[in-house]
Amino acid sequence: MRTVGQIVALVRKDLLLEWRGRTRGLSVVLFGVVTLLLFSFAVGPDTAALQTGAAGFLVLALLLSSTLALSESFRLEHENHALEGLLLAPVEPVALYYGKALSNTLFLLLLAPILTPVAVVLYAVEISLLDLAEVIGLWGLAAAGLSAPGTLFAAMTSRLRSQDVLLPLLLFPLVVPVMLGSVKAIDLVLTGDPMQQLGSWTMLLAGFDVIYWSLCGVLFTYVVEEGV
Amino acid sequence: MKRLRWDAILGLLGVLLLLVGSYIGLFLAPPDRHMGEVQRLMYVHVPTAWISMLVLTAAFVFAIASIWTGKPKWDAAMTGATEVGVVFGALLTAQGMIWAKPTWGVWWDWDVRLTTTLIMVVLYAGILVLRSFVDDPERRATWSAVAVIVGYVDVPLVYFCVRWWRSLHQIQSSPETVASSMVVPLRINSFAILFIAIWCIAQRARLEMARRRGESVALPPKRAPRTAEIPGTPQGVDNV
Repeated sequence: MRTVGQIVALVRKDLLLEWRGRTRGLSVVLFGVVTLLLFSFAVGPDTAALQTGAAGFLVLALLLSSTLALSESFRLEHENHALEGLLLAPVEPVALYYGKALSNTLFLLLLAPILTPVAVVLYAVEISLLDLAEVIGLWGLAAAGLSAPGTLFAAMTSRLRSQDVLLPLLLFPLVVPVMLGSVKAIDLVLTGDPMQQLGSWTMLLAGFDVIYWSLCGVLFTYVVEEGV
Repeated sequence: MKRLRWDAILGLLGVLLLLVGSYIGLFLAPPDRHMGEVQRLMYVHVPTAWISMLVLTAAFVFAIASIWTGKPKWDAAMTGATEVGVVFGALLTAQGMIWAKPTWGVWWDWDVRLTTTLIMVVLYAGILVLRSFVDDPERRATWSAVAVIVGYVDVPLVYFCVRWWRSLHQIQSSPETVASSMVVPLRINSFAILFIAIWCIAQRARLEMARRRGESVALPPKRAPRTAEIPGTPQGVDNV
């Protein structure tokens, strides 16, 4: 119960900091919107092509925004040795990992209600409210899949030189199953699912989440012991 | 005369076996009924695939041992296995592309087997980059072991993906489905590449241990440059 309490306190702390500062949130949201705009410029004024690629563009915007959000999440903890303070409090490393991963997931999840309507407008996608709810649900699974290894790698790379290069280099190849699963699933929601494939892609996302949320939680203790 | 180490003998045996296996595969084994002569690539492609996955599995085991015990020898072995795994994975991808062009008509297809293999190579190459950025040896050992364990999830995916999903790549064969004249060079080359891999891992692990010993030795302090004495000038007085 103590661990759960610590996780809740850490998530609350991160969200409160985010609410008070708002800079990280605003910059990540703007970055996501700019990415969506760039995709439409790259494809050109071809509505059919934009509609076909809409799911992929949305997930890529999430993926690219996630590196900004993840790397920032540990930068704050290094200011004034906040991380050492947390560990001396003492906060268990497992609680620290799940607290950070959960707040990163929530933060990335909040991008969905903002970026999805932007994509709907830019790519001329027709979507009902029920579909939007489904897209947000799938986005949540994808955000959880990105946050689990992303939080672990962000902790490792946060103090290294060239962190901006290393984090995507480690994270992107690992999360290809998340990208494939979420693109296919969101595409099926947007364009229709006559072969009933949505369930299997959702299961792939959920399976990835279960594996990495368990594995990274165990491994984070060793990362912290060596001094993040 | 300098004695050869066990791993060098194994490596030389591997090279010899590779020559024998490749000779049998190229000149004595029959060509495939459908693919013809191109199929002879199988005698290096399939053993490279088996051994690259085996080597990365060894890296996974060494990573667990490194985290568990904290001993530098496991970190050195893991580094060797990861590097050999990346090189073999890159070779595997290149061989696959050479085979794909005449049989599938394209160098590359976004097939599930090809994609997961490419991810595996890029992922482990990224771990090697991570190592090069961490200066502290203990931290480097732990972080790269953690990354190897996290990345290993992709390796079984590479092996089983052709059974789990529809793939352009064929599923695994067995000695019952392959002619015995083809099985012999395949097995010889598998052992040959395994021996060469062990040789490379041992060499690389030895180098890593030496590098780590070098890191723990402090450099001698820099000596102040000697000033040239000018004849007739009293010591300690500036020659103005």
